Amino acid sequence: MNKSLLKIITLAIGFMFLYFPILTLIAYSFNENKRVMLWKGFSLKWYGKLFQNEQIIEAFLISIKVASLSATFATILGVMIGYSLTRISKIPARPFFIFLSSSPLVMPEIILGLSLLLFFISSNHLIGFPSSKGQLTVLISHITFSVAFVAIIIQSRLSSYDKNIEEAAQDLGTLPNKIFWKITAPVIFPSIVSGWLLAFTLSLDDLVVASFTNGPGANTLPIVVFSKVRLGLSPEVNALSAIIMLIVIIAAVFYYLINRSNIKK
Amino acid sequence: MSQFIFLMNNFLRKQNFWFVFTPYFWLILFFFIPLALIFKISISVSEWGMPPYRDFIDFSDGGIKINSTLSNYAFIFSDSFYLRSFLNSLSLAFTSTLICLFIGYPIAFYVAKSKENIRNLLLILLIIPFWTSFLLRVYAWKVILQGSGIINVILMKLGFINEPISMLYNQYTVILGVVYTYLPFMILPLYGYLVKFDLNLINASNDLGAKPLKTFIRVILPLSLPGIIAGSMLVFIPVVGEFVIPELLGGSDKLYFGKIIWDEFFVNRDWPIASALAMSGILILVIPIIIFQLMFAKYNFKNE
Repeated sequence: MNKSLLKIITLAIGFMFLYFPILTLIAYSFNENKRVMLWKGFSLKWYGKLFQNEQIIEAFLISIKVASLSATFATILGVMIGYSLTRISKIPARPFFIFLSSSPLVMPEIILGLSLLLFFISSNHLIGFPSSKGQLTVLISHITFSVAFVAIIIQSRLSSYDKNIEEAAQDLGTLPNKIFWKITAPVIFPSIVSGWLLAFTLSLDDLVVASFTNGPGANTLPIVVFSKVRLGLSPEVNALSAIIMLIVIIAAVFYYLINRSNIKK
Repeated sequence: MSQFIFLMNNFLRKQNFWFVFTPYFWLILFFFIPLALIFKISISVSEWGMPPYRDFIDFSDGGIKINSTLSNYAFIFSDSFYLRSFLNSLSLAFTSTLICLFIGYPIAFYVAKSKENIRNLLLILLIIPFWTSFLLRVYAWKVILQGSGIINVILMKLGFINEPISMLYNQYTVILGVVYTYLPFMILPLYGYLVKFDLNLINASNDLGAKPLKTFIRVILPLSLPGIIAGSMLVFIPVVGEFVIPELLGGSDKLYFGKIIWDEFFVNRDWPIASALAMSGILILVIPIIIFQLMFAKYNFKNE
């Protein structure tokens, strides 16, 4: 009895710590008062203001666009890396390949951002590409730091499943690319989905790398939000947080229900 | 038939070729060359202009002159300002990793040991903050700790204080912000290892007469060590370069490494110094971590 009480208290305190700030933010998003902290009454005013704020709407659309493109390219490259490292024995300078595909994971983002910015500036001086900093440079940077995360997910899936299935298909004369599309790809499909989602979130959440590599017309949502809250509070950002929380909770509930029905099967 | 097999082999090789070549090319171009460039600029001579450093190889006098210098490194290592900011970041990362571990371990343990249907629900509850924007979670603390924020209001209502105390903008709010935002990164890998862990081992240890503390130290802890290391890495490494949290919640009492790089680049426009700082960060922090991970992977591989 004592033990389960300890367990309940630990979990209650832990989850309270995780949720208290988020819930406070949501509560204050309904506050009528312009001074964020003084409660004046319930109001949806800031939601209205938020949807009229063109800067935030535009940044949101740019973020979604960059994140979905980045996630897609990062997933393609990540699958290639995961497949190469587990299925292809002849990789030139293999240790170097492993180094390249895993060290972005341990590189602080401020260093990544700085290095990419210096690279874009030099490459612009040398060959005129990229012609200016913008959505393209942010996209390239996001793909670069997301690839490693996707690769590690795919790699762990591929190394845990039985290679013999592919070899059996090969012995039965199946074409190699058919083996990939008919056997390997379906097996790793759940990992591809999680890899894509992770890369999408990483891109959507990134502030530091985007701050280095962005340019005119490429202010992503975190950049705009950061500029709004750096020096003070913003009731519109509270409303934005509440909406993002709502989206995340809906996605989580879906995920939970799908998982549960899978387990039942 | 043999020709067909030959063609197939050729195709296989081609598919394999593209599978290796494409990411290889991408990472060399956009990861390796930029890092090499940081190194190059870190040993360049800074000067006014655009770009604000002298050309590495100078042909202007008719001959070839290489402009390279270690003075940027000498400068940052001689000025205690830089060294202190790096140490501040290391101690911030160390402290918050430890706190995350102490808070995260019991949570991960109890979630992993719950009944399956409750466990899945709790897991979702752990993932929700992880998915929510990092920036907004930091901002939430700024709202809570404000002078007229909820904490101050409660403390005043309870009569502990008469007027709002200022809790924001110091090193402790930075630690709080870091622990809060990085806690899921500690809990999730720990959970991943603890959930695979066989409960019967605890029972066996108890049956053999071990006290709960001994069971924990001798059985549970060693088996969750990979999770502890993975979680600690996920917290420690990004926190050393952390820029956003000190910028939003921190004050002027302590400066951190990420902020210094940012300011050297964007405010002082001293690219060579910023690059030398980044390069030192890589040499002191990143390379040892990569070596450690390789060794740990080998150790794990041997033990399995």
